[in-house]
Amino acid sequence: MLKRSYFSSTYLPYLLILPQTLVILTFFYWPATQALFQSFLLSDPFGVKTQFVWLDNFTRLFSNQLYWKSIGITFFFSFSTALLSIATGLLVAAMANRALHAKAIIRTLLVWPYAIAPAISGIVWLFLFHPSFGVIAFSVMRWFGIHWNPVLDGADALFLVIIASAWKQISYNFVFFIAGLQSIPKSLIEAAAIDGASPLRRFRVITLPLLSPTLFFLMVMNVVYAFFETFGIIHTVTQGGPGGATMTMVYKVYKDGFVGLDLGSSAAQSVVLMIVIVVLTALQFKYVEKKVQYTG
Amino acid sequence: MKHRQLTFVLTMGILAIFLASNALAAPIDIQFWHAQRGPRADTLNKMVDAFNKSQTQYLVVASEKGSYDETMNAGIAAFRSNKQPHILQVYEVGTQTMMLSKAIYPVYDLMKDTGHKVDWKSYLQPVLSYYVASNGELQSLPFNSSTPIMFYNKDLFKKAGLTGPPRTWDEMGEATAKLVASGAEYGMTVAWQTWVMIENYSAIHNLPLSTKANGFDGLDTELTINNPMVVKHMERLKTWMNDKRFTYEEREYKGPEAAFISGKCAILMDSISAIGALKKNIKFDWGAAPLPVEASMKDPQNSIIGGASLWVLKGHPKNEYQGVADFLAFLANEEMQILWHKETGYFPITLQAYNKLKADGYYNQEPLQEVGILQMTRRDPTVNSRGIRLGSFPQIRDVMNEELEMLWQGKKSAKQALDEAVSRSNEILRQFEKRSQ
Repeated sequence: MLKRSYFSSTYLPYLLILPQTLVILTFFYWPATQALFQSFLLSDPFGVKTQFVWLDNFTRLFSNQLYWKSIGITFFFSFSTALLSIATGLLVAAMANRALHAKAIIRTLLVWPYAIAPAISGIVWLFLFHPSFGVIAFSVMRWFGIHWNPVLDGADALFLVIIASAWKQISYNFVFFIAGLQSIPKSLIEAAAIDGASPLRRFRVITLPLLSPTLFFLMVMNVVYAFFETFGIIHTVTQGGPGGATMTMVYKVYKDGFVGLDLGSSAAQSVVLMIVIVVLTALQFKYVEKKVQYTG
Repeated sequence: MKHRQLTFVLTMGILAIFLASNALAAPIDIQFWHAQRGPRADTLNKMVDAFNKSQTQYLVVASEKGSYDETMNAGIAAFRSNKQPHILQVYEVGTQTMMLSKAIYPVYDLMKDTGHKVDWKSYLQPVLSYYVASNGELQSLPFNSSTPIMFYNKDLFKKAGLTGPPRTWDEMGEATAKLVASGAEYGMTVAWQTWVMIENYSAIHNLPLSTKANGFDGLDTELTINNPMVVKHMERLKTWMNDKRFTYEEREYKGPEAAFISGKCAILMDSISAIGALKKNIKFDWGAAPLPVEASMKDPQNSIIGGASLWVLKGHPKNEYQGVADFLAFLANEEMQILWHKETGYFPITLQAYNKLKADGYYNQEPLQEVGILQMTRRDPTVNSRGIRLGSFPQIRDVMNEELEMLWQGKKSAKQALDEAVSRSNEILRQFEKRSQ
C-alpha cells in the first residue's frame, strides 16, 4: 500500500529535500568529483607540482598483478562476510522469534554487538585469536593440535577478518529479520501446520518467500558494508598482511594514498571501487530483485 | 537616547579590551605537531613547558596528531590549505619526501638566518647524517632517534649452558640450537624485521641498500637488497625457522615483544626504545647486547637510526621563525637532551649531553642504555651506513615486509622474494622520481 502526499505549492517539496541534497552534495558528490579529478593527475603530496597524465594512473593500476589479486581478495572477502552474517542473522532471528521466555531481553542482548565500532570488534577478535597472546588461539592450538597463525598464514588471516567482520554485522541483520518475521501473519503458518507441513518446510515455503524483500535489502547492505566499512577491522587486525593476503581494495586505497602518498593511484583506485559498487548494486537490482515478492 | 548611550559604552568597552591586550603583548604562538603518545608525550610536554616558562615572547603549542602516518598526513593536508604548523614531526622514512617537498625551511638555513651559531660537529654524527642533504646541510632536527639491539633472556641462557650473548651469526645459530634443545620454545625473534634484518644488516656489513649511495646521490636509485649476502642471511633465517631457532611474530613490535616477555622466545632484536616496556613487564633476568655480525666482518660498521625528526615548514612570518629557532636550540641543549634520554631511552643528539651522562656515571647504573649508543658510534658512518634516502620509503617497507612474509610462509625462496621486493620497489621508486620532477 503506497501512501502519497500532495503538495499544493510547487516549491515546497524541493525546499523539504534541500537540506538532504546539500548534505549529499557536500559530503558525497564534491569529494567524489575531486577523486575523479585527482585520478587523472600525478602530483607530489604537498601539491606543489601537478602533472596531467590522462589515464596513466589507471593503466598502471590494471597492469599491476597485485591489484588484480586485491580485487579477487575483496570479492571473496565480501561475499563470504555477507553470506556468513546473513545466514547467521537469519538463524538467530528465526530462533529468537520462537523464544518463549524473556523475549525482550534476548533480543536486546542480540542487538548489542551492533553498537560496537568495527575497529573495536577487530581488536577484540585479535585479542582472542592472536598466536602470541590470544586466549582462544592458545586453546585451539593446545587442544585440537591445529596449527593456527593469522600473523603468518594468509588463509588464517583472511578467515579471522571474515569472522570479525561478519560477527559485527549479525546484529544488524538480526534486527531486520526479526522485524520481517513478525510481519508474517501467524495464521498462514498455523494453517500450514494444520495441513501437516514440517517446521523446516513451513520455513522454506512460507517464511523465506515472505522474507525475500528483507533478504534482498540485507544482501545489498551487507555487500556494501563488507566493501567499505570493514576498513577498521582490517586496519586493526592485519594491516593488509601477511604478504598482502587481506589487502582489500579499500585498504589498498588507504595504504597507497595515506601511507605511500601516491595520491593519483589512490584516487584512481577509489574511482574503480565506486564503479564496482555501482555495477554490483545495479546487477542486484536487475536480477535478484525480480525474485523478490513485495506484499502490501 | 538610551540606545546611543549603550552603544557608546559597548564600543568603549571593546576598545579598552583591545588596547589592554595589545599592551600586554600576547606571546606569538608556535604550532608544533607531533606523534608522541603516552609517557613520551609527557616528557615532550615537560620540555615544551620548560621552554614556555624560560621566556615570554613565544608560546609553543604542542598537539598530538596520531600515528606517524597520520601526523604526516595532517601536516600535508594543512600545508595544502595554508594552515600548516611551524614544526612537524616526521618519521625517518618520510625524510626524502619532506626534503623534496619544497614546503620546508631547512634547519641549517633557519639557524643561520636567525643568528644561532650551532656547532654541528658537536652532534652525534650517525644521528645527524640521516637528515643531512647532499650539500652537507642539515634539513631537519633529529628528535627521537633509536637503533636496534639484541635483548636476551639470561635465565634461559644459563639453562642452556651459555655464558654470554652470541657475537656472530654463526654463534647465534649454535646458541639458538642449544636454547631450543634445553627447553626454550623458540630461539630468537625480531621486531621491525625490515629495519633490523635488511636496513641495519646492510649498514652494519657496509652493504649498499640501493644504488646511488642509498639514494643520497640521485632519485634514479635502485634497490640492491637481492645481493648474495642478504639472500644468504634470509635463507639462513628460513632454515632456522624450520627447527624453531627463529620465529616470526609480526612486522611491528607487539608480537615479538610479547614472545620475549612471556619467556617463549629467548632472544629479541628490537629498538632500544623497547627498554622501557621490557623493564616494566619482564620477570626474569635479562640483558642487552649489540646485534650479531657475520664472522667475516672484522670491524662492523655503525648501525643506523630509526625514529623521527622535526621539520620546519615554510609560509610563516619572519618574526615567528625566530621563535621556532629558539625553541629548536632549546630542545638541543644539554639539560633537555639528558631529560629526554633518561625518560624515554631515545638517544641524546649532542656529544655534550652524552659526555655529561657518562661523567655522571649514568651508564654504570643503566648499562642497557649505552649498548645502542656504543653500537651506533663504533665507527664513522660510510656511504652505506649514514642513512637511507628513498622516496615512498613507507611503501617500500611494506613491499619488503610482504615479500619476507612470502618467504616465511614458504611460498617463495629467499632469492625469489628479494628479487621480487627489488623489482616492485624499483617501480615505486620510478613513480616517485616521475612525480618529483
